[in-house]
Amino acid sequence: MATDELSLARLESGLDALELGEPRPTTRGARIWAATWPKLVAIGIVLLVWQVVVWSGWRPTYVFPGPAPTFSRLWRDLLHGTLLDAMLVTMRRAFGDFAVALVIGVVLGVAVARSRVLRSGIGSMVTGLQTMPSIAWFPLALLLFQSSSERAVLFVVVLGAAPSVANGIVGGVDHIPPILLRAGKVLGARGFASLRHVVLPAALPSFVSGLKQGWAFAWRSLLAGELLVTIGHVNSLGSRLNFAREQADAEGLLATMVVIFVIGVVADALIFGRLELVVRRRYGLVDTASA
Amino acid sequence: MPSASSPTPAGAEPAISLRNVSKWFGPVQALDDVGIDVARGEFLCLIGASGCGKSTLLNLVAGLDRPTAGSVTVTVERPTLLFQEAALFPWLTARGNVEVALKLRKVPRRQRRAEAERLLATVRLQGFEHRRPHELSGGMRQRVALARALAQQPQLLLMDEPFGALDAMTRDVLHDELERLWQETGLTVVFVTHNVREAVRLGDRVALLSSRPGRVVQEQRVDIARPRRIESHDVADLAATLTDRLREEVRRHGDR
Repeated sequence: MATDELSLARLESGLDALELGEPRPTTRGARIWAATWPKLVAIGIVLLVWQVVVWSGWRPTYVFPGPAPTFSRLWRDLLHGTLLDAMLVTMRRAFGDFAVALVIGVVLGVAVARSRVLRSGIGSMVTGLQTMPSIAWFPLALLLFQSSSERAVLFVVVLGAAPSVANGIVGGVDHIPPILLRAGKVLGARGFASLRHVVLPAALPSFVSGLKQGWAFAWRSLLAGELLVTIGHVNSLGSRLNFAREQADAEGLLATMVVIFVIGVVADALIFGRLELVVRRRYGLVDTASA
Repeated sequence: MPSASSPTPAGAEPAISLRNVSKWFGPVQALDDVGIDVARGEFLCLIGASGCGKSTLLNLVAGLDRPTAGSVTVTVERPTLLFQEAALFPWLTARGNVEVALKLRKVPRRQRRAEAERLLATVRLQGFEHRRPHELSGGMRQRVALARALAQQPQLLLMDEPFGALDAMTRDVLHDELERLWQETGLTVVFVTHNVREAVRLGDRVALLSSRPGRVVQEQRVDIARPRRIESHDVADLAATLTDRLREEVRRHGDR
């Protein structure tokens, strides 16, 4: 009997070993390089095309300067000008307003996900809100918040971002595999315990995707707002764009656009994209061999 | 130790007792006048073709659903249910999955870790505590599910085609494993399958269900000595007899 036991154990571990296969021997450096070089090439191609267009003489260089003067201007504005201040103002607004949108989105999402009445009532409206271009809200927002254009921008950013966050939660709760809910029930998870141990963790990947999408909406709404609403003549990225256009300062305009692009990419890919990947990988939702 | 003894010794209270149980889902009848007892410590296998209401029956016994008519009496504590899918929580490691069951049973935090590791060791998964479900093979996932079920300290294990999605070799190994755990713990097991050989390999008794609606048409004691092998002649012969009977049941549906 003892030998039977032992041979069963060995048989089992043999099967386990065969099923799991070999781990791939890759170093961290190799993986980072594999993920980075295509992006570097893409940036190189964009800069090249930009330069070629400038060389072609399609527009005079005082209207459309090339990469070199733009980046040297960017460098100067960062070191000696007010660009850094403008960046800080815009990013403070972005994170502050997004935080408000996040809180409202979470409350709304949990409420809609848990209540059947709320769902049929406002569930589709939440989705409908997303199809409304945020810039279309600004005239109303300015009327509503005449005293504070800062609040008008907050209003529009929240309208842009909160539905995405809420939808992320609702979608996550809706798409929980029923088998996991049954498993939770069999284990005795009811009410709050079910929410805490099954529903919320199961909805997390979708919530994180909602966050990422919400951030993109917030960033766009904010920049639209800063362009349209000159807030008390405070120096911001949006107001710089307006100002540069009025001054026919093409280099300053492009330098600011580069900053807007870089902030957007960094936040989207490095913060939210990274978070999404980490969560999806933990949950086994990405093929680890390809990611 | 439970063996191939008679299902309900005179005087002993059965673990499960179904009396005239019927279940309707709207106009569809899933179960019709089902009556069956399961003795404490018995290993009962239920076989039947599609639509025999096997899963419905398990849900009734697990208390996840109520019968339309008749009575379901379960006298043993903490029934638990295993599915064809392991249904592990993908955000938790193997140990985390077992620990959740312990937490829901109100086991103090300090004891959970050691207890979870002990349970994983009983299904021979020591060394895999930190793997997530997607990093385990199908057979390993089912073993984690089994460890998670055992963490509930069940007296009754209900299994709904738990090995249906596994390859034959892994399934055979899990048969040995399940038989061993059952003999060690004295659990009552109700095991649903459409694989007749599997039923004969495992069960003290096999109950054959008809389809649409489900009804117990035959009960067969399995008097083959343990440990059994699914390849043995005794198992194959009895399985052949039961398969013939099952086919007869299925044919009736073609005639209508």
